[in-house]
Amino acid sequence: MGPEETKMLATALVMAVGTIAPALGIGILAGKALEAIGRNPEAASKIQTNMILAIAFTEAIAIYALVVALIIKFV
Amino acid sequence: MHISLAAEPLFHLYGFTVTNSLLASFITSILLIIIAVLVSSKLNKKPGRFQTIVEVIFIFIIDLAESVGGKKARDFVPLVLTFFLFILLSNWLGLLPGFGSIGFNEIEEGHTTFVPLLRGATADLNTTLALALISVFAIQYYGVAKLKLGYFKRFLNFSNPINFFVGILELISDVAKVISFSFRLFGNIFAGEVLLAVITSLVPIIAPLPFFGLEIFVGLIQALVFSMLTLVFIQLATIEHGEAPGLDRPMARKEVEHGT
Repeated sequence: MGPEETKMLATALVMAVGTIAPALGIGILAGKALEAIGRNPEAASKIQTNMILAIAFTEAIAIYALVVALIIKFV
Repeated sequence: MHISLAAEPLFHLYGFTVTNSLLASFITSILLIIIAVLVSSKLNKKPGRFQTIVEVIFIFIIDLAESVGGKKARDFVPLVLTFFLFILLSNWLGLLPGFGSIGFNEIEEGHTTFVPLLRGATADLNTTLALALISVFAIQYYGVAKLKLGYFKRFLNFSNPINFFVGILELISDVAKVISFSFRLFGNIFAGEVLLAVITSLVPIIAPLPFFGLEIFVGLIQALVFSMLTLVFIQLATIEHGEAPGLDRPMARKEVEHGT
């Protein structure tokens, strides 16, 4: 494998492995938030706000993977 | 397929490089100023269609601020609303046809490269880094303005070893805020542009349509997330250390008991 192929593989691997945990995290978060809304529909707006906030934090990890992948690919 | 990580320079103005996303951010600013002047010059007690739309956005952000920090959070609304409007408009402008497709060919070292005239303002790390720096400095500013010198107890606390270590962590987390703010916005919007470019090159008609819908949604969510995080961090910076929001506040406990 030459350096070019290694780069391609590394880019794909970073995205593939790096998004597993955030995907699970966002799934759990949204599931729990929906559960909470189901239990207490009046608190829906408050739960939604906090859910979006928490999803943003979780998603940041996937974004870090994306940035690393971009750096490997383009720089 | 044309994908470039960095914004392309268009021309130089007295040694200052003007890139295509800088141009787009100027256009965004000018559009926002025009909208603001138009709305404020024709303010009416009985709002027209245009004024109603603007009022809906304003009330949405004001309600959001009040739900996070109560009445005193209204002081932060101008900054947060500016972030929201600027990011939203530049995200959506970047999706318009013409952005990334109208441009000129530049001959550089023997081979020609395509340089688009416009590029979404938030699809450039420089813009998002600037926004993130403004946001983090605003957080510090509001913290110092509210708590005076007591604000720095957050970072330097010699009362016991645990608090000292927590102070160091706070310092690191403030630096990390700049990184996560800027890369979150840049990553989302740039990934959207790459996604659209890839889909368009695979199936040029109809197939990109749902992805445009997705990108419009992502643009809104990212603008909301950026402004909401700024709001929450400012709110956290302006409360006394140890006075954490939660059930230990007598007011909050009363709210829970009354089921509101």
